[in-house]
Amino acid sequence: MSDKKFVIPMPVRYVINTVLLVVFLVAANAVMQSGALGRAQTAIIIQIGFFIILAVSLNIVTGYLGQLPLGHAGFMAVGAYAGAIFWRAGMLPGAANMIMGFFVAGIVAAIFGLLIGIPALRFKGDYLAIITLGFGEIIRVLLNNLDWLTNGARGLLGIPRYSNFLVVYICVIITCAFIHVMMKSRHGRAILSIRDNEIAAESCGVNTVYYKVAAFVVSAFFAGIAGALFAGNFGILIPGDFDFMMSINILMIVVLGGLGSMFGSIVAAAVLTYLPFALQSSESVAFLADYRMIIYSLLLILMMIFKPSGLMGSYDFSMSRILEKIINFVIEKKGGKKDVAS
Amino acid sequence: MLFLSQLINGLQLGSIYALVALGYNMVYGIVKLLNFAHGDIIMVGAYIALFSLNFGHHPVLAALLTVGGCTLLAIVIEKTAYSPLRLAPRLSLLITAIGISILLQNLAQLLFEARGRSFPAYRLLPAGYIELVGTRVAYTSILTITISVVSMIVLTFLVRKTKLGKAMRAVSEDTGAAQLMGVNVNVVITFTFAVGAALAGVGALMYGVRFPLITPVIGAMLGLRAFVAAVFGGIGSIPGAMIGGFLIGLLEVLVIHMGLSGWVDGVVFALLIIVLLVRPTGIMGRNLMEKV
Repeated sequence: MSDKKFVIPMPVRYVINTVLLVVFLVAANAVMQSGALGRAQTAIIIQIGFFIILAVSLNIVTGYLGQLPLGHAGFMAVGAYAGAIFWRAGMLPGAANMIMGFFVAGIVAAIFGLLIGIPALRFKGDYLAIITLGFGEIIRVLLNNLDWLTNGARGLLGIPRYSNFLVVYICVIITCAFIHVMMKSRHGRAILSIRDNEIAAESCGVNTVYYKVAAFVVSAFFAGIAGALFAGNFGILIPGDFDFMMSINILMIVVLGGLGSMFGSIVAAAVLTYLPFALQSSESVAFLADYRMIIYSLLLILMMIFKPSGLMGSYDFSMSRILEKIINFVIEKKGGKKDVAS
Repeated sequence: MLFLSQLINGLQLGSIYALVALGYNMVYGIVKLLNFAHGDIIMVGAYIALFSLNFGHHPVLAALLTVGGCTLLAIVIEKTAYSPLRLAPRLSLLITAIGISILLQNLAQLLFEARGRSFPAYRLLPAGYIELVGTRVAYTSILTITISVVSMIVLTFLVRKTKLGKAMRAVSEDTGAAQLMGVNVNVVITFTFAVGAALAGVGALMYGVRFPLITPVIGAMLGLRAFVAAVFGGIGSIPGAMIGGFLIGLLEVLVIHMGLSGWVDGVVFALLIIVLLVRPTGIMGRNLMEKV
């Protein structure tokens, strides 16, 4: 057996990923267009989309930075309202309005993330949890009471329904790609080092405050985008949608999927969003849908006791790695005779 | 005398918060865990009291059942969910606590329905009132405040004067050293959870008297406000929790009196953030250095 293993070079990996994404998009879009899926199924797929963005963005702070914010629904709410108000104003024509709306949603949420992150990240653990929870609740109270801006508890109506499959898909891809690239860069490694040992990281010259706030802001930005997708999907926003339970739902996805695993978050978002729908749609197991939250919370507790790293641990899916394994396997079978460029 | 009646009102509310805050405070002091399930234990206690009173039990028996039920529940939770995680990272413990909170809420929703039930307060405490400088003060208000103050005095005695109390203080100061000195840490931690839950049981009775509509989600918000009270007063300090509770209760009554009842949660959490930024140890708290 030769020591030399075949390694796919970096640009090729990007090509593989891009090709995969495009193929998947074309296939999925063809299925959506053909009308094979009912309205309910389409709605579920779109919901899975923005839950993926929410989970992956929360994972930056929970999985990679190792903190536990409980106010993610707050950022989502800010983004949702910012995007919806911008879209309703309709200052730009057509698609430009939509795209700008997403930016506005993300940036406003990021600004809130900065405002909240600077004081909140002075604390750790339980205090950070409770202070972000507090901020989330404050945002909800504000949305409920600022009638002139948000129409209060009656809800913001008539939001243009921009969130079709294509838009959601592109947003999911951009989010995942950005976060993936960020986490592979030196900035990502700095964030991971803070999680593993903050004091050691600081003494090695990592600017911990900067990276903590940066992680928080990026997380808020994408939560804002998910919020805008949420607004564009339902066409109506009610402050009650963004309560503490929403934050908990997102957290549950992240924890069950695996802290620090993007693949885990995506799988968990898809499963946990689709499961109640699947259970309800078949008569024999419909009663399980009522026990959904009980099952989830039990899973959460058991997971923490027996497998705290979550379903996927820190495993991340990589097509290139699988290809490498196959190629290496084939080469090994042939006795390693061929000379392999590494 | 609007002022006096509102003051009594605020103190009554505050004494409930204070009792709940004590539970948070003691548990946080010992295992450094924000026990998210504490508020939901109160919810369970309120349901136990409700069923027991509706069943026709004597008020004293109902009260004992409530306190006993809460204590038992807390011990079961501690033994099954928290104690296997004693050496795990704090994040896991916190997520477990959140899991327990959701579990209790949803179990209650399944068993007792979400629409809420009315609490038979008249069966627990007499409904009369006394005249005090021209203001009607209900017996229930006086009893609530008295019971809460008495509970706190008993608790202070327990922590300051008994051997178990000494062990509790030792464990909260330095778990490892306490263990080396022969303190059975597991017993002390379980006992702390039990005491906190017993106070929660008392709090549940008083909550039912004050807000006679019991739903599966009452614990969540009550718990959070009480935690704010605990932080405000200073984590790890018994008089601190009491002062914090009274202040939060008075603040809430004041905000509602100003016609801003929709803003209560916002104001309470804004206060929490300000307190944490200005004086993270709270009014009565001690400074803790971070060890490397």
